[in-house]
Parts: sequence; structure tokens; C-alpha cells
Amino acid sequence: MSEQQWPLWEIFIRSKQGLDHKHAGSLHAADAQMAIENARDVYTRRMEGISIWVVESRHIHASNPDEASSFFDPANDKVYRHPTFYDLPDELKYM
Amino acid sequence: MAYQQALIDFTLQLADNALILGHRNSEWTGHGPVLEQDIALSNIALDLVGQARYFYQYAARLINRSGQEAPGADITEDSLAYLRDGWDFRNCLLAEQTNGDWAKTILRQFFFSAAQYYLYEGLRYSKDAELAAISEKAFKEVIYHLRWSSEWVIRLGDGTAESRARMETALGDLWKFTGELFIPAAYEEPLVLEGIAVELSSLQPKWEVKVREIFSEAGLSYPGAPAGKKGGLLAGGKEGRHTEQLGYILAEMQFLQRAYPGCEW
Repeated sequence: MSEQQWPLWEIFIRSKQGLDHKHAGSLHAADAQMAIENARDVYTRRMEGISIWVVESRHIHASNPDEASSFFDPANDKVYRHPTFYDLPDELKYM
Repeated sequence: MAYQQALIDFTLQLADNALILGHRNSEWTGHGPVLEQDIALSNIALDLVGQARYFYQYAARLINRSGQEAPGADITEDSLAYLRDGWDFRNCLLAEQTNGDWAKTILRQFFFSAAQYYLYEGLRYSKDAELAAISEKAFKEVIYHLRWSSEWVIRLGDGTAESRARMETALGDLWKFTGELFIPAAYEEPLVLEGIAVELSSLQPKWEVKVREIFSEAGLSYPGAPAGKKGGLLAGGKEGRHTEQLGYILAEMQFLQRAYPGCEW
């Protein structure tokens, strides 16, 4: 069993209705069904979730850390992209 | 009430079943084949020990109320778990069998959970409100235990040549203990008449349908009706006649309270 590892899965948990699924961690499982059950057993033992998504890790494509400066730094002086220049009525909270 | 002692015995049977299999499963903690399944089985162990606590607490209240113990000797869930001897335990023989390999542990869980599933399903409507409430809560846990163990039976039965061979060996080891699950102990019969316990013979066909269904998906051949007959060698657990395995469990589980009475930590 140890020579031949089960594939790795990324686990996303929704903690309550209306919130997003958030990345909780990763684990090994033979198939999607087992990944969901393992996630249930590993990540929702203390009432952390009401919904689980699993994605096999190999399906996740990530940005290259070496390209971080060209990817992300150019945004840091474009403050006008934040919608902070509008006058909002007082009743509107959580913007 | 005429059935008071029967109710105590039956409640202890439910508690002992959950505690003994929970303890067996807990022996896997830290030794599971992979981390995730180690946690999965440990969760099931905790569910079962939790069920045992509710039943023991209820049994302790019944015993104390009946006044059959010497005054001052207050019975608690702990004294029931740690200070009774083997012949007082009423768990079925299946629950106390050794873990063996993963296949045997899985198959033991599957047979047990399938029986517990139909038992709790019925006990939710028991005329005894306490048993009904505990069964209602525990039933949800057992739905998952049955699902988890069913999938593993299919995975191993329909897996590699080795996993299949191991399942067949486990089947050879365990099938003989399944008959007892449906043979009522003497104290169960009056409770069925009172609407407190469930008629076990009505559970057997449902259990067989479930096992056949999972076995057919797993490609395992169904051995025919569960073996064991009333009063037989392999059907005495509920009345305190156990296999040698229970003694080893109690020796380990009860050691601390026996060696250091009343010890807390």
C-alpha cells in the first residue's frame, strides 16, 4: 500500500449556508467518493462543515511563484480599482 | 414491573455491544493502513463508545432505582464498564472477535452495523422513551458506519486477488457469529411483548437483503442463511457465555480501574 500511494485530493468545506467553500487541506483517497468520506472524517469532526467539495490535486493548475512579481506587483499602485470613491448611503453595511 | 430486570439486561446488552466493538476498533488507532482510514475507524470507535455511555448511564439509573444493590454502592456508567466480569457482559460474540487484518475488521463492522441499523431503526419507536431517544440519536451515526463499511466490503471484494482472498478468509472466520444477531436472549422476549424491544426475527430478512446486495456488488458469494441456533455454542454472548477473546479485552480495558480503584485523571 505504501509503495503505491492513492492520489491526492484538495478539500473544500462550506462552514455554513451562504458562505463559500474554503480550502481546508488535502488528503489521499482512491476515488472521489472515498475522498468525500475521508474529508468528512478528517475535516468535519468538530461541526466545521455542512458541505464538502473535493478536487483531485492534479486538476488544479497554479500560477508560477517565479512570475509573482510580474503577475501581482503591477496592481499595487492602482488604488483607483477599489470602489472606494462612491458615496454610500448609511443604511448600506458590509461593503 | 415484571420486566424491569429484563429492561436492565437489554440496556446492558446494547451498551456492551457498542463498548466492546468500540474498544476493538480503537485498537486500530495509530495503526490504520492510511492516515485517513485510521481517523475514519477511530471516529466510528468514538461513536460506539458514545452510544455505550448513554446506554450505561440509563442502565445505571435503572439499577439504582430498583434498589438491588447494597445501599451506598452507587452504580455508575464507569462501574458497569470497568468492574463487571466477563459473564456479566451481554455483547454478541461478533463484537469481541479479534481485529485480524483490515478485511476482517471491515467485515465485522459491516455485519454489525447492518444489524445495528435495523435494530435502532426499530428501537426509535420503542415504548421506552429513553431507549427510543438514544436510538434516534445513534441511528444517524450507524447510517454512516453502514455506508462506510459497505463501500469497503465492495472495494476489497471487488479489488485485487489478494484483497478478495482476504475478504473470503474473513468471511470464513466471521459468518458463524452472524446467527446470534437474530436469536433473542431470554430477557428480550418479554420486552418484545411490551413493545420495548424489537422482534429480532423480523430484522433478519432485512439484514440478509442488505448483505446479499453488498456481496453481489463485491462479487462475494452469499453463504446462505446466518448460522447459529438458540442455546448453541456460537449464540451465548447475550447471556454471558463468551469466546476467550472477551477476557483479553477486559484485561486490557479494565486494568487501570482494577489496579487503582477509583483512579481519575
